[in-house]
Amino acid sequence: MIHHQLIVVGGGLAGLRAAIEAKDAGVDVAILSQVHPGRSHSGAAQGGVNAALANHPEGHDDNPEKHAFDTVKGSDYLADQHAALQMTTDAVPAIYELEHMGCPFSRFDDGRIAQRPFGGAGYPRTCYGADKTGQYMLHTLVEQAYKRHITMYIEWFVCRLIVEDGVCRGVVAYSMTKGGFEEFRGEAVIIATGGAGRTYSTTTNAIISTGGGAAMAYHAGVPLKDMEFVQFHPTTLYTTHILMTEGCRGEGGYLLNRDGERFMAKYAPKAMELAPRDITARAIQTEIDEGRGIDGKAYVYLDLRHLGAEKLAERLPGTRDLAIHFEGVDPVYEPIPIVPGQHYTMGGIDTDVDGRTSMPGLLAAGECACVSVHGANRLGGNSLLETIVFGRRAGTAAARDILGHERSSGPDGNVGAAAAAVEAYVDDLASREGTEDAYAVREEMTEVMRAHFGIFRDEATMKEGLDKLVGLKARLKKAKLRHTGGVWNLDMIRTMELEGMLDVALAIASGALVRTESRGSHARTDWDKRDDERWLRHTLACYEGDDPPKLDYTPVDMGLFEPQERKY
Amino acid sequence: MSDVTFRIKRFDPASGEPPFYQDFVVPVEGSMTVLEGLFAIQEQQDGSLAFRYCCRSSICGSCAMYINGRYRLACQTNILHMGVDRVTVEPLPHMPIVRDLVWDMDDFFAKYEAIKPWLIRNSELPDTELTQSPTERHKLNMPIDCILCAACYSSCPSVWTEQNYLGPAALLKAYRFEVDSRDEGGKERLPRWDNERGVYRCHTITNCSEACPKELNPTEGIQWLKRAAVRRRLLGHKK
Repeated sequence: MIHHQLIVVGGGLAGLRAAIEAKDAGVDVAILSQVHPGRSHSGAAQGGVNAALANHPEGHDDNPEKHAFDTVKGSDYLADQHAALQMTTDAVPAIYELEHMGCPFSRFDDGRIAQRPFGGAGYPRTCYGADKTGQYMLHTLVEQAYKRHITMYIEWFVCRLIVEDGVCRGVVAYSMTKGGFEEFRGEAVIIATGGAGRTYSTTTNAIISTGGGAAMAYHAGVPLKDMEFVQFHPTTLYTTHILMTEGCRGEGGYLLNRDGERFMAKYAPKAMELAPRDITARAIQTEIDEGRGIDGKAYVYLDLRHLGAEKLAERLPGTRDLAIHFEGVDPVYEPIPIVPGQHYTMGGIDTDVDGRTSMPGLLAAGECACVSVHGANRLGGNSLLETIVFGRRAGTAAARDILGHERSSGPDGNVGAAAAAVEAYVDDLASREGTEDAYAVREEMTEVMRAHFGIFRDEATMKEGLDKLVGLKARLKKAKLRHTGGVWNLDMIRTMELEGMLDVALAIASGALVRTESRGSHARTDWDKRDDERWLRHTLACYEGDDPPKLDYTPVDMGLFEPQERKY
Repeated sequence: MSDVTFRIKRFDPASGEPPFYQDFVVPVEGSMTVLEGLFAIQEQQDGSLAFRYCCRSSICGSCAMYINGRYRLACQTNILHMGVDRVTVEPLPHMPIVRDLVWDMDDFFAKYEAIKPWLIRNSELPDTELTQSPTERHKLNMPIDCILCAACYSSCPSVWTEQNYLGPAALLKAYRFEVDSRDEGGKERLPRWDNERGVYRCHTITNCSEACPKELNPTEGIQWLKRAAVRRRLLGHKK
């Protein structure tokens, strides 16, 4: 057993920021991460991070209230309004702090942090470092973690929470490089493991974005909130679904259909290509579905040619590299074939603005959590922001609890029991009948999610999808480990994570089927209007073992902005 | 669809057996990458295969490997574009192996940490951002794109022959802060790299620049540091 006062699961931006805050408060903190923190999926974020710095000439009267309004309107009014305002208010000092830590933001001529326009935003308020903002932010926080000598357990796969008497006491983790399971116990655990994009076959997400942290909390009895809201990014590469940043359109890129038409004029005449992601993704999908894809195929063009080689080199160098390496297209000379793809998990572990969950000792921050600030549709540039704002707040809250002795480590009577339970479970995985193939189940699940819970949804399709997921869950129980070795056992990791993925997928599916309205990313062809009277509320999915999740509902925090029809 | 043979270097140090090469035939089509090929093998042929992965879009630095005799990111390497019917996949050469294609990166990151890879400020911070002109910011363009994949480190003969040498990635990181107009840590960081363990162990073989999958030039950064060190010795510290 290893003890640290605070255990942070996940070394991306939210986890790092939480750990830094707690460490600075004097807490003994350790980060456990499946990959070196510098390899976390935060690093794949490209376009930027929102904050009302008012550095842009066209944004001189921008402020956190306007940023909050755009966020709430973008969320289709499902975001908790005071939480959104908290985030946009914290945003400004959070960006200055990151800059002081050395983050290499791009600059305006006057030397201040550069900002670019982004979808659904009334002002150009997206701070950026070329089109590698996530990588630069992530490396900056990794550097700060090293500076503070924060303990990092690198390449440890966390598989279970340790819960005793309804209190979170730690985690069980697998050492990938040494083999074996270990208990990590502490006074608080912060989950910061990112999104669940890999439940879909067509996603921008990293291979490790499996929703593992959310699944752990869910299995332990903490509800998942608003899971049916899944963001599809409008522009991902046709063959690989690798992200082409919204910054492409922020810098002036066009979306074109078969006829060379800037079709966004039909869907968002004012905002055009800079409409929010839900609207833009639906527009692209509609063009494709109605046969206006390029040469009748299932993609449209993202055209950057008119921006010129110089601007691409300055603002979008990574985009150009990705298009060349992964699609064989040089955007300086050719338009890029793109399709919408799964991109972001708006829902997640139900938390308050300080990252606290319903379980004492358990907090969560970042994409795995749902505060909620993104509601039914997240604005581009608000996810990086969420990680540093709510990572810090969770770190502060955990430190306050630990240092205030509100949480004690409790009796150690059960030490070893949780790790032994995981070992027994793995033995069971190895001795199952083995009539099913876990990787086939995984592939089918991701296809079900794409086909049945995609951009456009309807009752019959979703019902069929839900039934398929239930069947897959039963089949997974008959899949057997093929490899039982101790060190770097990918077969074991991938089989274990698949169980969590299926339950997360079921939470998405169950919430989506019941919500008989269209709101933000949840677009139903059979219920095509937003219904505030019945559905202006958050979904809470509670794990019920082999039964489908129990769905509960809580009110949305209002009071700042009256819901109105979204027009862009 | 065409069949491609993956010849993979396998090794389990705990087994007591020497490393060996194992062939797997993988049906390949279209945009399939070497990383996807490894997953196909792990999923369908041999669940024990060990390799690192994460973003699959050449930004996380997990999957640098030695593929058909070249340093490459497995996720960025299109199999058919290589125009061969056999793909030999080995871990980064000269590195201690954990298992198969996974090697022990502890030393690599210890050396990264050793150069104090963070912005050092001594003077008071403003309420808003530290300003930096676009020209000053441009100086960072090359070194900040390093993804710490360690291809350079594995390719460097000075690393092979001197275990204490910091290596190109760590020195590129030192360069990244030295050329940052906001950094005030020159004097503090200098003893970490201005020595035999640091820049003088670089013999400008430039393997690192050739190996880098992001097409960065660590040698250029190291040469800059050498010049800066000499300048400081002659003229004293400026910052």
